Amino acid sequence: MLKLDNVTKVYRVGAFGGKTLTAVGDVSFDVRPGEVVSLIGESGSGKSTIGKMILGLTPVTGGSITLDGAPVRPGKEYYRHVQGVFQDPFSSYNPVFKADRVFQMIRQAYYPEVRETDWAERVHATIRDVRLDPDQVLGRYPHQLSGGQLQRLLIARALLLDLKLLVADEITSMLDASTRIDVLNLLAELKERGLGVLYVTHDLSLGTYLAERTVVLRHGKVVEMGLTDKVFGNPLHPYTRQLLAAVPRLHAPWEDAEPVTDCLYHRGGASGGLSEAEEGHFVACARLDGCPE
Amino acid sequence: MTALQEVPAQDAAAPAAVRREALHFALRNGKLVTGLAIVLLLLLLGLLGPVLIGGTPNAYGTQPMQPPSGEHWFGTTTFGQDVFTQFVHGLRTTFAVGVLGGGIAAVIGMLVGFVAGYRGGLVDEALNMLTNIVLVIPTLAVLLIINAYLGVRSVGAQALFIGLTSWPWAARAIRAQTFSLRTRDFVDLARLSGASTWRIITREIAPNMSSYLFMTFILLFGGSILIASSLDFIGLGPTEGISLGLMLQNANQWSAMQLGMWWWFIPPGAGITAVVGALYVANVGLDEVFNPKLRET
Amino acid sequence: MSLRVNDLKVYYKTLKGEVKALDGVSFEVGDGEILGLAGESGCGKTTLAKSLIRMDGRMRHTGGTVELDGEELPIGDDRRMNAFRFHRVSLVPQYSMSALNPTRKIGKMVTELLRSRGVTPDAGKLRGRLDAVGLPHEVLDRYPIELSGGMKQRMVMVVSTLLDPSLLIADEITSALDVSTQKAVAGALAGFRDDGLVKSMIFVTHDLSLTYQIADTIMIMYAGRLAEKAPAKEIIEAPRHPYTRLLINSLPEVGVRYAERKLAGIAGSPPSLLNPPKGCRFRDRCPLAFGQCEQEPPVVEVAPNHSVACWKA
Repeated sequence: MLKLDNVTKVYRVGAFGGKTLTAVGDVSFDVRPGEVVSLIGESGSGKSTIGKMILGLTPVTGGSITLDGAPVRPGKEYYRHVQGVFQDPFSSYNPVFKADRVFQMIRQAYYPEVRETDWAERVHATIRDVRLDPDQVLGRYPHQLSGGQLQRLLIARALLLDLKLLVADEITSMLDASTRIDVLNLLAELKERGLGVLYVTHDLSLGTYLAERTVVLRHGKVVEMGLTDKVFGNPLHPYTRQLLAAVPRLHAPWEDAEPVTDCLYHRGGASGGLSEAEEGHFVACARLDGCPE
Repeated sequence: MTALQEVPAQDAAAPAAVRREALHFALRNGKLVTGLAIVLLLLLLGLLGPVLIGGTPNAYGTQPMQPPSGEHWFGTTTFGQDVFTQFVHGLRTTFAVGVLGGGIAAVIGMLVGFVAGYRGGLVDEALNMLTNIVLVIPTLAVLLIINAYLGVRSVGAQALFIGLTSWPWAARAIRAQTFSLRTRDFVDLARLSGASTWRIITREIAPNMSSYLFMTFILLFGGSILIASSLDFIGLGPTEGISLGLMLQNANQWSAMQLGMWWWFIPPGAGITAVVGALYVANVGLDEVFNPKLRET
Repeated sequence: MSLRVNDLKVYYKTLKGEVKALDGVSFEVGDGEILGLAGESGCGKTTLAKSLIRMDGRMRHTGGTVELDGEELPIGDDRRMNAFRFHRVSLVPQYSMSALNPTRKIGKMVTELLRSRGVTPDAGKLRGRLDAVGLPHEVLDRYPIELSGGMKQRMVMVVSTLLDPSLLIADEITSALDVSTQKAVAGALAGFRDDGLVKSMIFVTHDLSLTYQIADTIMIMYAGRLAEKAPAKEIIEAPRHPYTRLLINSLPEVGVRYAERKLAGIAGSPPSLLNPPKGCRFRDRCPLAFGQCEQEPPVVEVAPNHSVACWKA
């Protein structure tokens, strides 16, 4: 469905754009219908830039992104199928308008012909789909709603369209633990409906909870990717291992975590391309065994 | 099911509801109502006064230096001109200069500011350069020169000059605000809803700074009045007619203060202050109307 | 006992009335103990941390006492608290990124800061502390902008503990950091205690699994009250309060998959603290709630060092 081929993003920095900064380098992966792919990386890994490129919010420097074979053309037609939800729920809403204005904007752009009553019914049904009570959320201002409610409303907004892919960029990182999991479960339900979800996160545990497949990014490059079970069950790249060891866990104190004694990855990201280490498991570090450095 | 029946009414109201609601809060806001009432009152005086009173404001009369009385409400000048007649005519001119000059400056400032702030990149660099050039032009000096070269100076021309030269700071301020609003996620979401750049600027970004924009207009409005007054004051005002600034100039020139003729300079001074001050008070109220968070407290 | 908090009440003044952000909390922190303070946003954890060092203008000390090393802290009196701040109680703020003056080199800033507190700077000690958190001495000649987030955070930690305070409060200091940096910062923090530089520590975070890594004792708060307090291992392995249980169950761990084990959040939302309900505040969201919950459950010690405020515990 969605396919990224050698996608690169280079920013021009400095006074006259004299210097360049590669935010994303040569990234290829795909998202199929009915699956969650999690894109995991720390700050500066380029994970959000990839999300923005897929959404057409920032242009691609090199490579291509295609949806069902057609290149991304940001515009009404594309956004009918591809939508996004972002990290900060309070920044996602225009504070001077009521929160349900996001639905009206969808109607104005895509369904001007639908009758008011039919539309209201559709909105209500979708809001119930994301486990919210329409009476509690409609007609309110963003600051009167909780972060969890706001994020769900944005998912509902996307569901009003003929959605194929949802880009969820760190959508739970500003939510409390007690509501976070419910939003994640909602994403899992989308996948069960046959939608593709790209879940961008820095949190390994959230990523593994949802995703069929995982892409681990470092400095704009893919270091390891493949089936989630394989990537985290048998992490091959030292960076993945280090990440895994640094995640605080509830029942295993840090001291017990296996220390990373293998060679450390080369600075500036993985060297070499991805190679298939086992079926459905790709890793960028070509020289894991007996690395001279 | 009750909820279902309620909603159509709520939904149907889309953009109209926002406006109706803003009006609802606007009418209940004391500061806004008071401020606007004073401005409106003075505006009406300026518009209707000259029609009702008639007469020519600069006509010399036979009773010079009269303090306010039943016959001459605001007294007369050294030359017997009726100060009240001058005041209502001057008010009209002053409003015209403020609205025209402030309006032109606000429109240019907003256009330049929004486009530069939203588009960024090369567009921003170019517009920024233009802004900075106009900003460093010694405005008053240029106005002096241009005014001095023109034989007949009309109020409109004066307003146009003022408008074309006083927008840069507004553009810079609006650009900065737009710059910070542009990075907010709701702008991206609007793009994901298929909204055009123009629509995002007018429907998403501008409403967030509506009180700011109004404030900008007020300051430009007041600024135009003040620049016009200073031009009038040094003798480069409209060659015919009267304005509050010209009245002040005349009062000063003929030593009204030294002669104790307070009725000559207080009305025009108070008029300028009242217009600008009332607009400012209205602006504070407007902020409360447009910001739903301030409404509740 | 290093810190003893007794029935502390701190309210926020708002235009709508008083928000009872901290409504009668009692606990103790022993010498050498790290207390992890966890809970959802709005549970009062940040209010508690703030009231122990500096109340902001809207906060009001309504009742209760705070004792540090046997001496009462005048927490409601901003002026008198000055003698304690930095010397006896110190804070590592949430946004260390902005806590450093961007126009000063770090070394100079530290010197100025110490002078303003009436202390003669000790260069040797400062260097020793930098070593302890793994920062090179050159950072003193750099500007804050030249440091990474994790380095800034550690720099602020060094400054905060330079006078060997008895109590160190760390308020959400890792929430803006990457996973690997987070671990280094948390490790450095525990190091301060291990080296005896600070006597005790309160580590405030919303991340229970992170608290579990470094705290000796964990205190869970809910709606301005204490819900449960127990040794870290015990509270995670055998939680007694239904809120703690639900909270732990809502945390996905690496390896937990939606397809295999669907986790659930806690339905509902915390009550408004403007007018908190009588009785147990978790009642409305609690699956175990029954009649008695309409009375406020007392904090009871159900096992050594394990206190719970629940009728069913």
